[in-house]
Amino acid sequence: MGLRGVAAIIGAAETTRLGKIPDMSVLGLHLEAARNAVADCGIDPHQIDGVATTGSVNITPVSPVVTSHYLGLTPRWIDSTSVGGGSFMMLVRHAAAALATGLCEVALITHGESGRSGVGVPELGADHTSPWAQFERPYGPVGAPSLFPLGVLRFMKETGLTHEQLAAVPVAQRKWAAMNPRALARDPITIDDVLNSRMVSYPMHLLECCLVADGGGAVVMTTAERARDMDLAHPPVYVLGTGESAETPMISQMQDMTSSKAFRVSSAAAFAEAGITQGDVDHLMIYDAFAHNPIYGLEDLGFVNRGEAGDFIASGNTSPGGRLPMNTNGGGLSYAHTGMYGMFAIQESVRQLRGTAPAQVDGVRISVAHGVAAYFAAAGTLVLGNDIP
Amino acid sequence: MTADTSSATAKFAPQSTPETEPFWSGCAAGELRLQRCQQCRWFYFPPRPICPKCWSSDVEWNVVSGRATLHSYVINYRPAPGFADDAPYAIAVVQLDEGPRMLSNIVDVENVPEKLILDMPLEVTFEQRGDMSIPQFRPAGAS
Repeated sequence: MGLRGVAAIIGAAETTRLGKIPDMSVLGLHLEAARNAVADCGIDPHQIDGVATTGSVNITPVSPVVTSHYLGLTPRWIDSTSVGGGSFMMLVRHAAAALATGLCEVALITHGESGRSGVGVPELGADHTSPWAQFERPYGPVGAPSLFPLGVLRFMKETGLTHEQLAAVPVAQRKWAAMNPRALARDPITIDDVLNSRMVSYPMHLLECCLVADGGGAVVMTTAERARDMDLAHPPVYVLGTGESAETPMISQMQDMTSSKAFRVSSAAAFAEAGITQGDVDHLMIYDAFAHNPIYGLEDLGFVNRGEAGDFIASGNTSPGGRLPMNTNGGGLSYAHTGMYGMFAIQESVRQLRGTAPAQVDGVRISVAHGVAAYFAAAGTLVLGNDIP
Repeated sequence: MTADTSSATAKFAPQSTPETEPFWSGCAAGELRLQRCQQCRWFYFPPRPICPKCWSSDVEWNVVSGRATLHSYVINYRPAPGFADDAPYAIAVVQLDEGPRMLSNIVDVENVPEKLILDMPLEVTFEQRGDMSIPQFRPAGAS
């Protein structure tokens, strides 16, 4: 028994503003996202009896206990899976399972993050004893740029990926962003622009790293059966396939620095559950905190063979007019990245399936949203559709 | 500003847990120690009381060669506290001869792509940091 077609996303929305929002806290962003998503589907918010978000205790920084309380909801099901930015794909999966088994009837999943302004974000305590603190932190990592691209040089040596092909990733995604008024970076760029931008963490230049923004988003889910009887503002987007996996809390301990086991396991499960192959996918979101993520993703999800992803992107296959439109909101590289971007990838898949995306692709019936979590620590994958084929 | 160098300007020093103490006391003694499963003969890292391959708890500490190769790296331009004088500096994955990989800096060599060639041979050295001795790697035969 799988989850194919048992649940649907009936409401989906982002915070009203995106980018620099210094007048809202993390919690405020969650609440606004929730309100917008409920308004998007037009249900009575008190129908919500399942609540999920990342954040595992009441103060770090917003758990489902906090969102339930502040929204006046009494959940029968909560989930606070928080393993990185791709956790939202997992939460959609977990919500689908909860809906399928009757643990709740209407689920709300929220995201909010003051990634740029840092409003309402508690300070992290000093950690000297976790595996990461003992075996990676002594070597001077500072945030994601200093660790997430750790395998890129190895990937280049083993597959022949070039610096120019890596630079082609933000160039391709900027073409999508140029069509999206909400994208935070819209000016066209060239490979030379990327390679001449400031070095952040060799081999990654500034334009190969994601933006840093404030914002949020939320989705409302119910069973596909119930969705059919509801008076909804938009047609439901069905959850056709789901997957998740985890590999290691330390990127240095990946089994293979050039391939994510979590990507492979998670995506294979999602495709199998949906009963689709890569050729059935009309639209693809691969969470891109850095330019190498879509390259790993295209190969590990099986869209191209080993060593082909760089050329595939550089040749325009994922750009507007290409045969596999990818990261069509502009991605974390050009649209927005709050810190846990997964919710935004799901939002764009929903928009494309509804036919309401600013850079709309023709005839999208199946969209895949794949999330990476805490570098390559974990992954979640969703196959979504506007029909149950 | 206070004169407290433990936080703002000192490099981060880890603390051991009961399961990792033999590793860190080995470093203090100038030895790189890894656990090896006595059932399946697998070397593994980081330390833990159960072999991740066969789940045996029959595991032993071994002093290993300290020989490694440069598996992959980044050169980080935004320094962590205490690293300002080193920036930009390499954060590297080293492939130990015995099998496991570890994170490390690459010391005793200029941290530029031209000098940091993948698969170049490395050897362990130890850096004193407060009460802790931190394993680091440098080009083999550099000393």
